[in-house]
Amino acid sequence: MTQTFPPGPDPAMQPLPRKGAGLRGIMRGLTAKLVIIIPYVWLLILFLVPFLIVAKISLSQIATAMPPYQPAFDGLDGLWAKLSSFTVANYLWLTEDALYFNAYISSLVIAGVSTVLTLLVGYPMAYGMARAPATIRPTLLMLVILPFWTSFLIRVYAWIGILKPEGLLNQFLLWTGVIDTPLLILNTHTAIYIGIVYSYLPFMVLPLYAALEKMDHSLVEAAQDLGCTPTGAFWKVTFPLSRPGIIAGCMLVFIPAVGEFVIPDLLGGSQTLMIGRTLWNEFFANRDWPVASAVAVILLLLLVVPIMLFQQAQAKTQEEGR
Amino acid sequence: MNGAGWSRFNIASITAGFAFLYLPIVLLIIYSFNASRLVTVWAGFSTQWYVELWHNQALLDAAWVTLRVGLVSASAATVLGTMAALALTRYTRFRGRLLFSGMVFAPLVMPEVITGLSLLLLFVAIGIDRGIMTVTLAHITFSMCFVAVVVQSRLLTFDRSLEEAAMDLGATPVKTFFAITLPVIAPAIVSGWMLAFTLSLDDLVIASFTSGPGATTLPMKIYSQVRLGVTPEINAICTILIAIVATGVLIASVVNKRREVQRRRDEQTAQRG
Repeated sequence: MTQTFPPGPDPAMQPLPRKGAGLRGIMRGLTAKLVIIIPYVWLLILFLVPFLIVAKISLSQIATAMPPYQPAFDGLDGLWAKLSSFTVANYLWLTEDALYFNAYISSLVIAGVSTVLTLLVGYPMAYGMARAPATIRPTLLMLVILPFWTSFLIRVYAWIGILKPEGLLNQFLLWTGVIDTPLLILNTHTAIYIGIVYSYLPFMVLPLYAALEKMDHSLVEAAQDLGCTPTGAFWKVTFPLSRPGIIAGCMLVFIPAVGEFVIPDLLGGSQTLMIGRTLWNEFFANRDWPVASAVAVILLLLLVVPIMLFQQAQAKTQEEGR
Repeated sequence: MNGAGWSRFNIASITAGFAFLYLPIVLLIIYSFNASRLVTVWAGFSTQWYVELWHNQALLDAAWVTLRVGLVSASAATVLGTMAALALTRYTRFRGRLLFSGMVFAPLVMPEVITGLSLLLLFVAIGIDRGIMTVTLAHITFSMCFVAVVVQSRLLTFDRSLEEAAMDLGATPVKTFFAITLPVIAPAIVSGWMLAFTLSLDDLVIASFTSGPGATTLPMKIYSQVRLGVTPEINAICTILIAIVATGVLIASVVNKRREVQRRRDEQTAQRG
């Protein structure tokens, strides 16, 4: 499966010395193969195989053993016995209890709304950065990347102190007299939206900036010379040209946000229904590994299309960079 | 694009954006020096929470575990990720390339709960005891993909004729890599390592799934305390972590800038000569 065709530089362009050329050719082939095979095998074993195991266990029955699922792997002899004991009960269970359905739907909705909000906040920022004087652009870029280096958990935690009823935001608003009673923001969907927009903003800004910065601004000027209003020129020229950045940015926010755990758990309170939390509770609180696996399989199936869109956008930018 | 479009609107949107990004962190740092136990009521300057941290043995243990996992996993992920980046940019045709690039890019967006659960089930299936080892393996796996993307973007703009020249002059591929390719892509590899290290330092979800007794990482410790409420100690830990990361990033960018200046000077000298 991992057999390779190391192309190397064009043989016609290589005036290799005759002596030892054969050995060197073999060496080159071997090096090429190792460079591909080592990460390939690593990812196969630690990324692909685990998914197959998740799929397998999602078809198993729960058992009060360690590990808490049936059937265990016991060689080829047990293969048939194992296959016959597979069950779709876990998936049926997911359809029977409305909790799961609601959690999937609300995850998709919350992630979708947050993605749109992130785009609305991120686009003007990326646009402003791309139009900034070239000398300060690297600094601005650095300032966007810097928060990404600080812990995600810490940044979410910082918002608890701001949003809670006796928190800094309410203190400030009460002090200015805008409100009389503290706003309840923590443990609501609003807090989750703020958390997701805040945490994922750099992921949105960076691809948008990359797309907008590359753009030839004379196109906008040409459109305006031809009678387009600045707004019209934006929607007819700038916006379509930044589409690859929009798609990449939205996917980078939407896909992880659907399965987000930390933000709904810390900012959303106990009533918030998001599938990442459901999976976590199923696994850690209920210790029902088969149902947790079934939840993961369905979540993955929901995300296959967005992930493929993201892959395509990645491949496209890769081709352009070539 | 020139600076003609640097309008008031642009300046306002950038300023608002950066205020939004930085204000929460700044507030967090300020309130770590609060004398009051009530985090959000200011009661004077104090460093007592930092002193208390120093006596919290469980926390120091967790920090030590995190540091070890981070150093080992970042280093391994850098090697594997660089290989993956080379494989993706240098070998455009090999069997299973599509699957390979899929496996490199998918972890970038994969929800952490799925990655964590699947890795845990793998470790259980092959019977490895959960602990520092399994957390490290898990961290290597997802952070190598980030390294691969960072290094790959540098490799795409790399002038291959340098390598070809070295090979024409008789250097082996391995020697060419170490003498020519590696020095050129070194900044990308360094930032890849730093990215992998901070990702490992940060990770809560995947570590919670894959770690076992005795391998509590700092984010796991922080998370369990945060669930009990906001306390000045947590603000203090967070401030220390932010300071460490900020120093690292600052040093890296200064070094990078120096290198860039040096490179430009060399190029000019070469042109003149």
